[in-house]
Amino acid sequence: MDTNQPTSLGLRMRDPGRAPQARPGRRRAKPLIRSAGIRFALIYAVVFGISAFALAFSLWYSTLGLLQRQVEAAIRNDATALSEHYQQGGLNALVIAIHNRLSDTVDGDGIYLLVDPSGNRIIGNLDTWPKGLDEIGAWYQLPVVRQGYNSVALLRATAIPNGDELLVGRDVRARSELRNVLRYALLWALGLMFALGILGALLIRSLFRRMIRDISTTTRAIARGDLTRRIQKTGDGDEFDELAEIINDMLDRISRLMDGVRQVSNAIAHDLRTPITRARTRLEDASLHAHSAEDLQSAIERATLDLDGIVGVFEALLRIAEIEAGSRRAAFAPIDLAPMLHDIDELYRAVAEERGLYLETIIADHLPLLGDRELVQQAVANLLDNALKFSATGTTVSFIARQDDAIIEIAIADRGPGISDEDRDRATERFFRAESARSTSGSGLGLALVAAVAQLHNGTLHLADNHPGLRAIITLPARLDTPFRK
Amino acid sequence: MRILVVEDDKDVAGFVVKGLREAGHTVEHADNGRDGLFLAASENFDAIILDRMLPGGIDGLRLLETLRAQDNATPVVFLSALGQVDDRVKGLKAGGDDYLTKPFAFAELLARVEALTRRGKSDGPTTRLAVGDLEMDLLSRSVRRGVQKIDLQPREFRLLEYLMRHAGQVVTRTMLLEGVWDYHFDPQTNVIDVHVSRLRQKIDKPFDLPLLHTVRNAGYMLRSEEV
Repeated sequence: MDTNQPTSLGLRMRDPGRAPQARPGRRRAKPLIRSAGIRFALIYAVVFGISAFALAFSLWYSTLGLLQRQVEAAIRNDATALSEHYQQGGLNALVIAIHNRLSDTVDGDGIYLLVDPSGNRIIGNLDTWPKGLDEIGAWYQLPVVRQGYNSVALLRATAIPNGDELLVGRDVRARSELRNVLRYALLWALGLMFALGILGALLIRSLFRRMIRDISTTTRAIARGDLTRRIQKTGDGDEFDELAEIINDMLDRISRLMDGVRQVSNAIAHDLRTPITRARTRLEDASLHAHSAEDLQSAIERATLDLDGIVGVFEALLRIAEIEAGSRRAAFAPIDLAPMLHDIDELYRAVAEERGLYLETIIADHLPLLGDRELVQQAVANLLDNALKFSATGTTVSFIARQDDAIIEIAIADRGPGISDEDRDRATERFFRAESARSTSGSGLGLALVAAVAQLHNGTLHLADNHPGLRAIITLPARLDTPFRK
Repeated sequence: MRILVVEDDKDVAGFVVKGLREAGHTVEHADNGRDGLFLAASENFDAIILDRMLPGGIDGLRLLETLRAQDNATPVVFLSALGQVDDRVKGLKAGGDDYLTKPFAFAELLARVEALTRRGKSDGPTTRLAVGDLEMDLLSRSVRRGVQKIDLQPREFRLLEYLMRHAGQVVTRTMLLEGVWDYHFDPQTNVIDVHVSRLRQKIDKPFDLPLLHTVRNAGYMLRSEEV
């Protein structure tokens, strides 16, 4: 009949099959930097290394700085004391004081040298004025020859009022050695820290791997088709537990959907077989047994009606699928349901009156909603269709739409046979038809569509007993940022 | 009327062409997009029936967009197996005047094509409609038949207005649902029949000559007998 239809169906059928081909066949060894475990571990190692280095460097720097300041203070005090000796007792007193210091501290670090203006040594434990020491009052660190062996000293020269110059200093060779020791120690420590960092990184990586291994094996099993697998929770309530829970919820939903698909395909196969059989039988019967052109004509017309019914079922199914896919949410617009509901009421009131039913309608003045007008319209129309269809003459159908704070509630209740408790949960499934409804016309898709529309709008469809009859309640979240909010 | 059918499926095209000719129209047929575009652009048609998925490199949407870009305003009815709301919206956005989903009833297609060509002709706002002795004043929103004034509810008025604007043409139930109630789906109950029968009570019942006729397997038609 139509070549377009098989093409589009074919496309639709092929789509899911294409997905596995697009996926890489095997998990190949990936570059190390691609591994999140390695990346986290490296980040850990780098942060650890930088902080260790900063710690070591500040330790080194402050220790040496403290020593330097201590030596400088000692030299300064010493020089001041000697200057005072000179002021009180002149040059002799100074020479005696220096002599005392030299003899007191035989193995000491003190360095003294007093020279006259022409540079000749008067007293001191240095043989000559160190080279390079030119400025009075400045700090110098110079190599000196002291009692025959080489050393390093921190030195400062002071001018004596009579023109002599006094050099006071401290041997800091020991301090240099300390610095070396410290440097080596810190270098060792750094090496150790580096090793520890790498070790920690490896530890983190294996921890990380172990934590995601369960997730990845489970999901891989599911990708292969084993939908029963679930991720084990550690029970610690940590982030990985949370992730596991989210993934498990997702898997539950996927498997529910898969069940739904399976059930729907079965239902399609089963529920469409009946009308197709009927149409086919009618046509075949007519071609074999029709005695007149009128017989043939009427058989063809009835078969066409049957086929239209099948097309209607297909369209309803596609529409539900379209709604459930959620793509219509992009077309949501701010609407006021009230005028639209009045229109539906007016449309169905005539039908109700013709059938001798009372339609009691109460619709609030404003019912602001962010949604799809056409879909809500169809959902409400479906419920009214149902209510009118199952009502006996003389009974009342009530149609109430109101807003309760953030909730819009549209309730349609009839006094018909209703739906039994055990069937009520399944009533919104596709193709489900309660026993009592088997004899009436209908596809069994009406409530499924209503439920899908409600869900698309983040609302619900609730079916309740109307004692007797059915009360169907659609709740939808109202649009609150609206000028006509009460 | 001169109608162009662009449809690649032989059976569907043959069926549509035959039906249109039986209804008294002159029909040209193209079975691919390129020929369709050539015909549509080079000759004058009163309406084009256009499939969406066509061989020949140019699909229905492209064909129509090209045509509209050339300021060709020939009414176009899409006839497509693509039936989702988005498809419909796309078709109308591209410049289509109506959209019919396959499978379809020929009566529906014919009614819609004829309704479109009528719509294309009427330019300038009308203030008064008349069918036989039934008159409608759109400004004062009053309806008279002969000398008798008829009181209508607002919706009945719109229903009658729609029927009168398409007087002499078949109007299907779906067209009424879309045109009068702005519904784009089929209710399970016979809501339209109920409303039409109420309208009939008011405009036909008290008079000898019925104006509102039921067309079997198709819909309704408002016409005075002489048409």
